[in-house]
Amino acid sequence: MVIKQLSVFLENKEGRLESVTQALCKEDINIASFSLADTSEFGLLRMIVSDPEKAKKILKDMGFSAKLTNVIAVKIAQKPGTLHEVLKLLFEAGLSVEYMYTLATKGKNTSVIMKLSDLDQALKVLDTAGYEVCTAKEAYEINNCVDK
Amino acid sequence: MIWNETKECMSRDEIHNLQSARLKKLVKRVYHNVEFYRKKMQELNLEPGDINGIEDLHKLPFTTKTDLRDNYPFGLFAVPESQIVRLHASSGTTGKATVVGYTRKDIDIWQECVARVLAMAGIGSMDKIQVAYGYGLFTGGLGLHYGAENLGATVIPMSTGNTQKLITMMEDFQATAIACTPSYLLHIAETLEESGKINKINLKAAICGAEPWTENMRKEIETKLNLKAFDIYGLSEIIGPGVAADCEYHNGLHVYEDHFLPEIIDPNTLQPCKEGEVGELVITTLTKEAMPLFRYRTKDLTSISYEKCQCGRTIARISRFKGRSDDMLIIRGVNVFPSQVEAALLEMGETRPHYLLIVDRINNLDILEVQVEVEEHFFSDEIKELEKLTKKISRVLQDALGLSVKVTLVEPKTIQRSQGKATRVIDRRKLI
Repeated sequence: MVIKQLSVFLENKEGRLESVTQALCKEDINIASFSLADTSEFGLLRMIVSDPEKAKKILKDMGFSAKLTNVIAVKIAQKPGTLHEVLKLLFEAGLSVEYMYTLATKGKNTSVIMKLSDLDQALKVLDTAGYEVCTAKEAYEINNCVDK
Repeated sequence: MIWNETKECMSRDEIHNLQSARLKKLVKRVYHNVEFYRKKMQELNLEPGDINGIEDLHKLPFTTKTDLRDNYPFGLFAVPESQIVRLHASSGTTGKATVVGYTRKDIDIWQECVARVLAMAGIGSMDKIQVAYGYGLFTGGLGLHYGAENLGATVIPMSTGNTQKLITMMEDFQATAIACTPSYLLHIAETLEESGKINKINLKAAICGAEPWTENMRKEIETKLNLKAFDIYGLSEIIGPGVAADCEYHNGLHVYEDHFLPEIIDPNTLQPCKEGEVGELVITTLTKEAMPLFRYRTKDLTSISYEKCQCGRTIARISRFKGRSDDMLIIRGVNVFPSQVEAALLEMGETRPHYLLIVDRINNLDILEVQVEVEEHFFSDEIKELEKLTKKISRVLQDALGLSVKVTLVEPKTIQRSQGKATRVIDRRKLI
């Protein structure tokens, strides 16, 4: 299944990133994983958070450009060659990676967050090859130590 | 040198009489040939016979850039199209160009005026002048070109865009004069310094215009390049460069009053200003055949003096420009209205994005940055999409303005909102 990633547009200006983390912290939103892409002009913060809808609303209310995007989190074993195998599989199926980064690791496995040219097809290809993907609940709550 | 002493050094009475005679003839001709003006005069209950000299000038209606646009393309022409030998155009406020036409005689007058400017700068038939204004629809390149040929100088038609070639020819041909925007000339000077060629050139005069500049810039240009720099003014609606220029005393720009009748008005009350008072420059073309204009509002702010100049010329002088009475910007010699940016951005999406123009001068070149807020419908989680958006906005703006633009995406709500008229422009060039 797909999971919701929260993306935020940031200007390359002092304190912008900090104001995002502060806002999420205030509302008890955990950031399970993130990647920060930067260009000379702006940055793009992509996050997997404990409550994507709420986090998006908080940031939008603050005036940020924020949106939710579908991505997948593929579980792979922590040993040499596993990432390569997944990428080879996707490449051979004619899929291209828009971007990717890792989700927090749990036990012997790690999960790789991927945005691909065709998510539905990717899920099919991965399923056929026996790969597991994180459910939304799993991804949002991974390593979340907030008391429930 | 004074190119046309009869016309540049007449007594004020002679100027007055010549202007009055020309104005009377002009009004009659325009009334009978241009429907737009005939209607305007009829609305004012004005007949050609009511204008008996320049004392009656104030009775005539004003003309604005909007009038030119409303009559696009040829509605204000006063001669049959068969008599038009050339068209030029400049950017309009909302994308549509302002078109001007010339008869053979108009071109003659234009090159006469530019020859006067060049002679005033000490340029003569022995000189080689590099014309580094853009050639094409813009009046700068061809205006200076014809004027210099008329003077008998050798013209090197460089146009713009290739500084290295310009410098090579400047050195190899031992050019003695150059015509270009002042900021470009400073850029040339710096390139010459960097390449160690500054002592190998032989320039003695520069004719700079098409954008506002300061006395400090003149001094910098003159010191760096060891030449004399002169200010030239003009606008395509009137004829192009050569409406006015300054002499070696740099005490204001001499207006060629036998062809262009200047007035200074208060842009709010539209009443005439006193001599020396700053207001908007208004020009009536006294001799133009193809597209004569009554009281054209230039939107340029200046003051006027009718005192005789130390150089011996008696024609009126306008002071260095003090700004504009509208929001037009001149960037690298190109006229830019914030409304053009707005219109172009509006065409890209359904909603109007918030934007801000930042004009700066870096290494003596004007830079236009346009900040655009990244709103919902623009935003993407992929860098390549955002970069594609930046490029697309740059391209759209470049097409609309005829000028390269640096586009910066900024967060929503970060561009200041103001009550009433929004502040759309920050001009960091210190020019006035």
